[in-house]
Amino acid sequence: MKINKFYVVMLLLALVAPFFLYPVFLAKLLCFALFACAFNLMLGYVGLLSFGHAAFLGTGGYITGWLMMNSGITPELAILLGTVVSGALGALYGKLSVKREGIYFAMVTLALSQLVFFIYLQAPFTGGEDGMQGVPRGHLLGLIDLSDNMNMYYFVLAIFLFGFWLIHRTIHSPFGQVLKAIRENEPRATSLGYNVNDYKWVAFTISAALAGLAGSTKTLVFQLASLTDVHWHMSGEVVLMTLVGGVGTIFGPVVGAGVIVTMQNYLSGGELGNYIHIIMGFIFVVCVLAFRSGIVGEFQKVWKRNFG
Amino acid sequence: MKMMKKTLLAASVAAIASSAAMANVSDGKVKIGVLADMGGVYADICGQGCVTATQMAVEDFGGEVLGMPIEVVSADDQLKPDVGSAIVRKWVENEQVDAVGGLVSSAVVGAATKVLTDAKKIALISTAASNAFTTKACSPYNVHWTYNVAALANGTVKPMVEAGKKKWFFITADYAFGHALEGVASKVINDNGGEVVGVARAPLSTTDFSSYILQAQSSGADVVALANAGNDTVNALKAAAEFGLTDMMDVAGLLVFTPNAQAMDANVAGGMRTTTGFYWDYDDKTREWSERFMARHGSIPAMGHAGAYSMTMHYLKAIEAAGTDDSDAVIKKMKEMKPDDFFSRNATLRADGRMVHDMYYVEIKKPDERRDSNDIMRVVSVIPGDQAYAPMLPECNFK
Amino acid sequence: MVTFLGINLFGLFGQLLVGLINGSFYALLSLGLAIIFGLLKIINFAQGAMYMLGAFAAWLALQYMGINYWAALIIVPLAVGLVGVLMERFLIRPIANEDHLYSLLLTFGFALMLQGIFTHMYGSSGLSYSIPEALRGGTKLPFMYLPDYRAWIICASVVVCGLTWWMIEKTKLGAYLRAGTENPQLMQAFGINVPLIVTLTFGFGVGLAGLAGVMAAPIYSVSPDMGSNLLIVVFAIVVIGGMGSIGGAILTGLGMGVIEGLTKYFYPEASNTVIFLVMVIVLLLKPAGLFGKEA
Repeated sequence: MKINKFYVVMLLLALVAPFFLYPVFLAKLLCFALFACAFNLMLGYVGLLSFGHAAFLGTGGYITGWLMMNSGITPELAILLGTVVSGALGALYGKLSVKREGIYFAMVTLALSQLVFFIYLQAPFTGGEDGMQGVPRGHLLGLIDLSDNMNMYYFVLAIFLFGFWLIHRTIHSPFGQVLKAIRENEPRATSLGYNVNDYKWVAFTISAALAGLAGSTKTLVFQLASLTDVHWHMSGEVVLMTLVGGVGTIFGPVVGAGVIVTMQNYLSGGELGNYIHIIMGFIFVVCVLAFRSGIVGEFQKVWKRNFG
Repeated sequence: MKMMKKTLLAASVAAIASSAAMANVSDGKVKIGVLADMGGVYADICGQGCVTATQMAVEDFGGEVLGMPIEVVSADDQLKPDVGSAIVRKWVENEQVDAVGGLVSSAVVGAATKVLTDAKKIALISTAASNAFTTKACSPYNVHWTYNVAALANGTVKPMVEAGKKKWFFITADYAFGHALEGVASKVINDNGGEVVGVARAPLSTTDFSSYILQAQSSGADVVALANAGNDTVNALKAAAEFGLTDMMDVAGLLVFTPNAQAMDANVAGGMRTTTGFYWDYDDKTREWSERFMARHGSIPAMGHAGAYSMTMHYLKAIEAAGTDDSDAVIKKMKEMKPDDFFSRNATLRADGRMVHDMYYVEIKKPDERRDSNDIMRVVSVIPGDQAYAPMLPECNFK
Repeated sequence: MVTFLGINLFGLFGQLLVGLINGSFYALLSLGLAIIFGLLKIINFAQGAMYMLGAFAAWLALQYMGINYWAALIIVPLAVGLVGVLMERFLIRPIANEDHLYSLLLTFGFALMLQGIFTHMYGSSGLSYSIPEALRGGTKLPFMYLPDYRAWIICASVVVCGLTWWMIEKTKLGAYLRAGTENPQLMQAFGINVPLIVTLTFGFGVGLAGLAGVMAAPIYSVSPDMGSNLLIVVFAIVVIGGMGSIGGAILTGLGMGVIEGLTKYFYPEASNTVIFLVMVIVLLLKPAGLFGKEA
C-alpha cells in the first residue's frame, strides 16, 4: 500500500517535471534509467555482472537511427525493431556467455561487446567515428510531431514506464522467483529440476532487449547514434549507476542513473570538467568500499531499522 | 551640486543610449559558449586553451559590445557527440547563448552544428578538420576558420609531388576523418601526375604501427603519408624511425598539431614536413599574441587556439558593425568584412562560411636546430589561401 | 622477392615477426593478470593503468632523477609493485570476503582515477622516451629490418615469462603460493603468513605490468590512455588461454600476437576483431579456454 502511494507520487512528479526542468535532459535521464534497470535485471536478480551491455544500447540506437533515416517508417516501429534486433543479439550472446559464472561471465560479455564495437567502428552504415547524425524524430503513429521536446518527453516517459513495468512484472512472476532462487543457491535450483542456463539465457535476452529499447529511444531524443554508446566505458557507467543507486532494488538503478547523469551534466559545464574521470573513479571506489547497498539499499536499511 | 547634476545627466543619457542598444541585443548581453575537449585526447589541441583564447578576445575587445557585456561560458564535450549536442541544445534553448566556439572533434561538431542551425545560432568552428561543414553539411550559420582536410592535403602533398616525389603510400586512420584526408590527398597526387602505390588502414588508437611500416617499406614508394592525427601520428612516426623507414623514404604528416609535434622525439620527427594554419613563431605579430597566450595558458598555442581568438574577434566586430546580435545580420556582416589580424592573412570569409587565409608549409626542426623546447617548426613557404582551399560549392553559396 | 602460392613470403615473415613482438607484450600483461586471477581470484581491471603507470614512471625517473632505461627496468617494476601492494592492502583486502565482482569494480574505479589524474597532470598528447643508446641499431634480416630494441623485447619477455612460470609451477615457493590460496586455513596452521603471500602475489602481478610499461615507453607514445585499450585485448587473451592458467596465458599471448600479425597481412580490416573472434570460437568449443580446467 505504502509502495503504491510512493509510485503515484513519483509518477505525478514525472508528469509535471518538464514544466520546471529542461525536457531533453529529463528524457536523457529516463533513457539511462531504463538502461540501468535493464542491466540490474541481470546483476540484481540473476547475480550476473554483464560488462558488455553497451553493445545492446548501441545496437538499438544504430538500428533505430538507420531505419529513421532510410526507411521512412514511423518512430514507434523503428524503436520496436531496434529493440528486437538488440534482443536477438542478446539471445546470441547469452548462448555464449551464460554457461560461465561470476567474473568469467563479466569478461566474456566485455570481450563480446568489444567485438561489436569494432564492427560498428568499421561498418559503413554507422558513420564510424562521426556517428549517425541528424536522425529525424518523425511523427509518432504518423500523427504527433516528436520534434517538439514536450511531446518527445512524454513519449519517452511512456516507454520508460512500459520498460519499468515489464521488469517489475518479470521479477514478481514465477519466472522471476526462479531467477532469485538461482541467484541465492544455484545447485539447489538445479537439483529442483530447473534448467538454470535456460532461465539465465531468457533473462539475459530480456535485459538486452530492454537495453536496446533504451538505446533506440535515446537515439530519437538526441537525433544521433554514436560509438560512445557501444564503448566499454558505457558498460562501466551503467554498472556505476546501478551500484550507486542500489543493486537488486527495483528503484535503485533509476536513482543511480539520476545521480550520475545529473552529475555528468553539472560537471561537463563547469570548471570541474577536467576532473570528471577522477570523480567517477572515486565514486566507484567509495561505493565499493563503504556503500555497497547503494542509495536505495541504504535507505531501505535505515527505514527498516526505524520504522519496519 | 552642479557637478552632480551633470554626472547624473550624463549617466541617464548613457543609460538611454545603452537601452536603445539593448533593444538590438537580445537579453541584454552577448553570450559565447565554448565547447571543447577538456580531458580527452584533444585537450591539448583545443581544450581549456580555446576557452582562454576566446576570453582573451573578449577582453581585448573591451569586455562589452554595443554597451552590453560579453559573457563566455564553456563546457566539456567529452568527445561524445551526444554530450556535445545536449550541451549546445541546452545553451541555445535555455541559456540564451548567441554563438558557440571551440568545436573540436568532427563528430561532435557535426552534431552540434545541426542543433545550432535549427536554432539559427552561429557555429564558430576552430579546430574540426572535416571539410563537410562547408560542403555536404554546409549551413548559413557555419563559420569554419582555422583549416580543413583539403587545405592540409593541398598544402603538404602538392609541393612534394611537384618536387618529384611521385609514388605515395598512405597509412590511414581507419575512420571517417582518415578516409577523408586520404581521399583529398590522393586526388591531389593524381591531379599532379603522381600515383598512390598502396594504402594501409590502421584502426583508430593503434599502438603498434610496425606491421604497417613494413608494408610501406616493401611498397617502393617515395613518400609515406600519415593520414591520421594525435597519438596515432606519434606512434606511427616512432615506428617509422625505428624500422629505418625514415632513411629510405620521406614521411609526411598530413595533420600535425604543434602540441603533438612538441611531444615527439625531435630525433624522430625532425625533418618531417606538414601544413598548418598558424605557427606561433612566424613573425612579430604572431609572437606578440602567442607570448600573451603563453603567459596565461602555460604552453605555446596550437592553430585552433589562435583561430578561436581570431574568429571571436571577428564575430564581435561584426556585431558592432551590424548594431545587433541577430544571427542573420551578424553573419552577413562577418562575410562582408575582411578578417585581418595576426592569424588571418590575406583572408576572406566566403559565403559558404569557409574562411580562406594563408596556410603555412612547415618543417619540424631537428634537435640541433632548436633554441629551446618551444622552437619546433620552421616555415618553409606560405601557401596562398585560394591554392590551399577547395573552391566554393554552388549549393553552399549562402549570399 | 620470394613468393609461394602467390604469397609474398618475405612480407609474411615480417608480419609474423612483428606479431611475435606484440605477442611478447600480450604475454607479459596477460601473465600478470593470470597470476593475480589464478591465485587470488581477483580480476585486476587496473592492470592497464599499471602498465601506463610503468611507462610514466620510467619517463619521470629519467626526466627528474636521471635514472636511465636499464635502472628503470629494475626500479620501476618494484615501485609499481609497491603501488600494487598498497592497493591490495588498503583497498582490496577490506572487501576480500565479499563477492569477487566487487574487487573487479573497485579496480575499475581505481583505473579510471589513475588515468584521469595522469591526463590532468600531463595532458593527453603523450610524452616521448628515447630508445636506450645500446639498442638503437638494427639487424638486416633477409626479409626485414629488425630493430635491436624489438629483438630485445622478445628475448626479455620470453625470459621473464619463463622464469615466472618455473617459479610458480616448479619451485617450493610456488607450491606454498598455490597451497596458500587454495587452502588458506591449513597453510595458516602450518605457520605460513597467508595474507602476506596474497599481498606479495598481487604486487608481483602488478609489477609485471609495470615492467611491460617500461619496455613499451621507448616505442609507443607514453600517454594516459595507452593501457585502457590494450587491457580489453589482454582480457580476451586470458579468456582464450583459460582463466588462471599461467602457462596458457603466456602461450596464448604469444600466439595471439602471431595470429594478429597474420590477419594484418591477409585481411587487415579484421586485425582488431580477430582476437575477439578467436575468443568466441574457443568459447563455443571449449568453454573453459584452451588451457583451462573445466570448473
